[in-house]
Amino acid sequence: MPQTLLKYLLLSLAALSFIYPFIWMVSASLSSESGLGSLVLLPQGFTWGNYATVFTKIPLGRAFLNSAFVAIVTTGLVLISGAMVGYALARLDFVGRSAIFYLIIFTMTLPFQITLIPNYITMVQLGWVDTYFALIVPFALSSLSVLLFRQAFQGLPQSLIDAARMDGAGELRIIFQILVPNILPTVLTITILTFMGLWNEALWPLIVIRNEPTMTMPQLVTLFSVGGRADAQLGVKIAAAVMLAIPIVVLYLFFQKHFIRSMATSGMKD
Amino acid sequence: MKKWTPYLLVSPYLLHVVVFVLFPVVFSVVLTFHSWNIISPMQYVGLANYERLFKDRLFWQAIWNTVRFLLVHIPLQILIALALAELLNRTRRGAGLFRAAFFLPVIVSGVVVTILWQQLLSFNSGLLNQLLTAIALPRVAWLDDPAVAMYSIAVMATWKNVGLYVILFLVGLQSVPEQYYEAADMEGATNWQKFRYITLPIINPTIFTVVVLSTISGFSLFIEPYIMTEGGPMNTTLSAVMYIYKQAFQYYHMGYSATLGFCFALIILFVVVVQKRYVEQDI
Repeated sequence: MPQTLLKYLLLSLAALSFIYPFIWMVSASLSSESGLGSLVLLPQGFTWGNYATVFTKIPLGRAFLNSAFVAIVTTGLVLISGAMVGYALARLDFVGRSAIFYLIIFTMTLPFQITLIPNYITMVQLGWVDTYFALIVPFALSSLSVLLFRQAFQGLPQSLIDAARMDGAGELRIIFQILVPNILPTVLTITILTFMGLWNEALWPLIVIRNEPTMTMPQLVTLFSVGGRADAQLGVKIAAAVMLAIPIVVLYLFFQKHFIRSMATSGMKD
Repeated sequence: MKKWTPYLLVSPYLLHVVVFVLFPVVFSVVLTFHSWNIISPMQYVGLANYERLFKDRLFWQAIWNTVRFLLVHIPLQILIALALAELLNRTRRGAGLFRAAFFLPVIVSGVVVTILWQQLLSFNSGLLNQLLTAIALPRVAWLDDPAVAMYSIAVMATWKNVGLYVILFLVGLQSVPEQYYEAADMEGATNWQKFRYITLPIINPTIFTVVVLSTISGFSLFIEPYIMTEGGPMNTTLSAVMYIYKQAFQYYHMGYSATLGFCFALIILFVVVVQKRYVEQDI
């Protein structure tokens, strides 16, 4: 019994150390500048002022829409292309199939440090700097997504495909109408991983986007907090960070188990 | 099904890989032999970029910073994740809730976590220094002391990522059949022996995963020093990616920046291969 008590005590302390800073952050964003240093969890001198100030200084609403647009469109493209390639690799026999598989492994092993600068130059040459293309196209196909789709399709019975072919269904109909509905957990995993990765990505936007109306949310918040425009106002900076966190935290509250399972899947893959 | 159907299905992917992976790798090698500010024409400079790199104090500083980061980050990550996974493994009630709490920082943007920790670690009003003051200890310049700053970032990165590794270890621990421990109990094995000879061999692949993923994240550090320290104080938190970024977008040295990227990538691959050789062996 004392052992159980100790166990729960330790677990609670650990959980607190992960959650308390976030609660403090929300509370600080709602505090007046003078009440900020406090350790307690309730806002000191409650005010919405910090949030109002953020919106007068940076176009955060616009950045939110940019981020949402980029993340949703890119995730859609990753799902469509991943299903097509994954299906071909899993269920069709063709010359060069294993070569493509090795290409995928190579792509996933390659450190991004090597492609960063050349890819920026490609964006410059294509005239895509400061456009949504630069944010979407380089991420529109993902090797991890192909690999996960391939694995899921391999687990389905051949009779499903044969029956559809007998009915005269084309390959695209087989993939998207017959097979994909049978592997929705995989679709959800890829959706979560891709969406989250894109929503949180800050480095690439910092490189290819320079004009404010096209900036994504993490980029804008980063530049705001290092650029001096927050004028050393802590509360304002923190309010911007809270707003960046809210969409993904809300999704996490709804799909918590799926988030954990998806991340664990991608961790195991490496 | 027509004969060319499979090729039609994979063609968008192949095109994408050629444009965004294969071409950049080749182009990166070409760039390392050139000097280029992206506006005027490229100039062939032979091995000058490599010569410069070997003599570049900041290149070695970035590697040294990454090593210092990893020396704290990896052991801390393994110890904490393993301890929490052990605790969770023996818990029925509330386990899901604890897991969800540990995982929260994993899903949140590094930008948020960095801004948050910047306040926690602030010298004058930070929570950590307030706690130190409360128990009558001197305050620490977590982000301004050259001897401390990188380790502060390493602890922050551990706090952000450890939840993921708790889950990975938990998966490993739960794959150990209960009978093994019962048999060991009958033989009178100590807790340490049970851990060393039953648990450790089974979770060893997970330890390898943690080491590799942490190494990669160490070499990929960017947003943390960019927001918190801008690489300072005295370049002690300058990371590999941050140095690539600086050379490319502050000085427009595209050739040299590509050389840095190329060499850092080689180093990462080399380190991971070595780790595979020595960490991932049967024990």
